[in-house]
Amino acid sequence: MTQKTTHQKAWLLVTPVVVLVAFNALIPLMTVVNYSFQETFGNNIFFWEGTHWFEEVLHSDRFAASLVRQIVFTTIILLIEIPFGVAIALSMPRKGPWVSVCLVMMALPLLIPWNVVGAMWNIFALPDIGLLGKTLNSLGFDYDYTQQPFSAWFTVILMDVWHWTSLVVLLSYAGLSSIPEAYYQAAKIDGASPWAIIRYIELPKMKRVLIIAFLLRFMDSFMIYTEPFVLTGGGPGNATTFLSIDLVKVALGQFDLGPAAAMSLIYFLIILLTCWLFYTLTMKDEAQ
Amino acid sequence: MDLSWMAWTWPTAAFFIFILLALTTMMIWERFSPGGNPRKGILRLDTTRGDRLFITLLGSAYIHLAWLGIFGAPLWGGLVISILFGIAVFRWV
Repeated sequence: MTQKTTHQKAWLLVTPVVVLVAFNALIPLMTVVNYSFQETFGNNIFFWEGTHWFEEVLHSDRFAASLVRQIVFTTIILLIEIPFGVAIALSMPRKGPWVSVCLVMMALPLLIPWNVVGAMWNIFALPDIGLLGKTLNSLGFDYDYTQQPFSAWFTVILMDVWHWTSLVVLLSYAGLSSIPEAYYQAAKIDGASPWAIIRYIELPKMKRVLIIAFLLRFMDSFMIYTEPFVLTGGGPGNATTFLSIDLVKVALGQFDLGPAAAMSLIYFLIILLTCWLFYTLTMKDEAQ
Repeated sequence: MDLSWMAWTWPTAAFFIFILLALTTMMIWERFSPGGNPRKGILRLDTTRGDRLFITLLGSAYIHLAWLGIFGAPLWGGLVISILFGIAVFRWV
């Protein structure tokens, strides 16, 4: 048997990353686990509570309601953003001077900070003075995102689609650009229809970037906080109180660190399971 | 260094020590039998030893939560099911 040479020194190069991850992820996560079993009133004094907070969260109607809202929101925006983003990427030019114009236009929403997006849409959608709100009302729609849950949901979803579809577009476009010209020539010789080209060449070639786009959009939308917080503050009532908004209310508003920690861990487990399932199932198809 | 803000307790420390021991065991195991023993199990997934540990840990977390939601504390029943689940995962998945 031949002995393979291994360079153990390479591990040294990874050390800074390990230290960084320990500081910004592992230590905070360990602290959250510690908090989830205890009660505190400040001053670093803790009382052991056992699994009480987990039971409370698991039986809480409030948590269940936020979770359902979160799942509905994430499902809706994924159903809109992924097909819409792919459609835009497919219709963008591949060569010529318009390529850079289109790419810059697409990148613009991604450059705007999240709280600014929230503030922009807050004013844009105001029913009495905002461009969107005023227009919708003058067209005869009864629209007021500060009062009606449906309008609030409509605005939050529209805002997210406006802000994040570009990410799907840019990733899909990168996938499309990497397809060699020979594939298209072969399709032309075979007399493939435009739909056949999309179905059998472009979509399969975009698969990997689409998985990344889906996972990024899933995780980001599942953790969404700033934009709806600035736009609606979780209202009207609790209509747009998604999981992270509820979590911040519990942790910082009510200073219930124990229940908030238990909530975060359950939240974390849901994200972990969904990402793992999605990644594993798509990679399984890939292997076959 | 004052670490009182991290609010360590013996049960949570024991939990992390267990995870650390599991990871160390995996490293030692890998040393003696490199390659992670990849295979296609009953779920038709390509898994290595590390994947199987991950599935066991994630599954155990859900089993404990389900036990807590249905029967409440104490969690011994959930622990027993998790151990059986772990053995099953390492044996067949």
